[in-house]
Amino acid sequence: MSVHITTTYDVEAIRADFPILKRRVGGYPLVYLDNAATSQKPRQVIDALVQYYEQFNANVHRGLHILAEEATDAYESARAKVAQFIGAEPTSLVFTRNTTEAINLVAYAWGLVNLKQGDVIVLSEMEHHSNVVPWQLVARLTGARLQYVPFTPEGELDMEALERALQQEPRLVAITHVSNVLGTINPVEEVTRKAHAVGAKVLIDGAQAVPHKPVNVAQIGCDFYAFSGHKMLAPTGIGALYAKPELLEEMPPFMGGGSMIRKVTHEYSTWADVPTKFEAGTPNIGDAVAFGVAVDYLQQIGMEAIHQHEQSLTEEALRLLEAEEDIVIYGPRDARERCGLVSFNFKHVHPHDVAQVLDRRGIAIRAGHHCCQLIMRRLDVTATARASFYLYNTVEEVRAFYKALDDVRKVFGKYGGR
Amino acid sequence: MVDDELYREIILEHYHHPRFKGALTDANLTADGMNPLCGDELTLYLKTDGDRIVEARFEGRGCSISQASASMLTEAVRGLTLEEVKHLQERVKAMLTGAPHEPFDEDDDLSALEGVKNYPVRIKCALLAWTTLEEMLEGKGWH
Repeated sequence: MSVHITTTYDVEAIRADFPILKRRVGGYPLVYLDNAATSQKPRQVIDALVQYYEQFNANVHRGLHILAEEATDAYESARAKVAQFIGAEPTSLVFTRNTTEAINLVAYAWGLVNLKQGDVIVLSEMEHHSNVVPWQLVARLTGARLQYVPFTPEGELDMEALERALQQEPRLVAITHVSNVLGTINPVEEVTRKAHAVGAKVLIDGAQAVPHKPVNVAQIGCDFYAFSGHKMLAPTGIGALYAKPELLEEMPPFMGGGSMIRKVTHEYSTWADVPTKFEAGTPNIGDAVAFGVAVDYLQQIGMEAIHQHEQSLTEEALRLLEAEEDIVIYGPRDARERCGLVSFNFKHVHPHDVAQVLDRRGIAIRAGHHCCQLIMRRLDVTATARASFYLYNTVEEVRAFYKALDDVRKVFGKYGGR
Repeated sequence: MVDDELYREIILEHYHHPRFKGALTDANLTADGMNPLCGDELTLYLKTDGDRIVEARFEGRGCSISQASASMLTEAVRGLTLEEVKHLQERVKAMLTGAPHEPFDEDDDLSALEGVKNYPVRIKCALLAWTTLEEMLEGKGWH
């Protein structure tokens, strides 16, 4: 378990592991505050990729030579590491391309079989499009109905509305663990308990949670949990789905092909054991191996320490932005209720323009709808600006970001008060 | 701050004081445009008399570049025939995408948009109004 690492949190030592952080942009040191979109990669993860391709690249679960054996060991050991990282058994962890593919896997393999005309799927209005659109597609195919739970003006999940939605006895509740726009940490344990009480299955979108705080799926009790590697120091193209073993056993395959079969005849086939049943074709071996190394890296620092570091950055960002009369902040005001990101808008400047002006100082933030058009509609905006932090960001970077907002006022401010 | 390549004074001026913003209730041509990448929205209204445009307005939400570009459009197309508008639209599009085109005079507001071509992610913003116009004209068989 994590001890009190916070006092010894050495952000400079961490930064030294990330080659890209030495980059300069437009003459300024890069200040990378777009971590909710994707994280940067430490030397250890980059090296793991090179090592895999230089020393033991081979296909897995087939071939009787030494390289195939080493590649298979590395791939399965990465699965074990990633599973253990979220408190799961390796057999209940399926490698996918990303969170989106993991949710689609559940929507098609579980949803098409288990949903029928009139069934209710409960989603929140905080969801990323990746936890909305797959359910829309499957609802269209099965005749199921979507019921949305709104969020409160404070940016928290409306628990009373959730209770009302649960009275409709939904088949599934699919909800995000941490909002990628509001930063809100949702009470997923409570949601799972309440959903299970009415017989619903629960899927949690953990894309913004697993990289930033300790997560234990056994403790949450959910049926499905989806997350991406690239937001937690691993390469793009690798993610994971946790599912309860009995569900993986009873679900039909998502995709058919090599690897996922036991026996193929002219008429039909039988399936490999889980989780291989859900990994058709040659998997993304190299990136999976690097995913395992990313998890090692995070664990070495400690997820609780990372979470506290990010919360201190968030607290500073909130403190600075709150004092500005021309800025609106979205999401909970208390940094303790958030993961490390802050969405905001200037009252009179479009977020694209804010991001463009900050880019001139080498400061990378995101502006847009963040794949959350339902949130944008609720906030009555078309887009927000978002600064999102990670383990290697510093309080000086947060202040540099804040200071650069004055450039925005210099370009647009003279016409202010429109 | 000095007049910079992207945020030209005239662009900011159009953004803060859009020329013909608001719905046109008696428009005989309307079209909606959207940039799904960033959520910018636009509705373009034209009123024609014969083949000449007598009124042009827009409604929309978006960044300075997309809104200024729409404002400039509504100003520029007034009094033009549909054929002239088509020609203008092609000229602006060519300018924004860096294709050969007949340049705009320096005192023509539209010339201020030329700097956008050096900011690849913003070209779509500047093009939004003009793409919406293009689709509107195509819908009328003008292409």
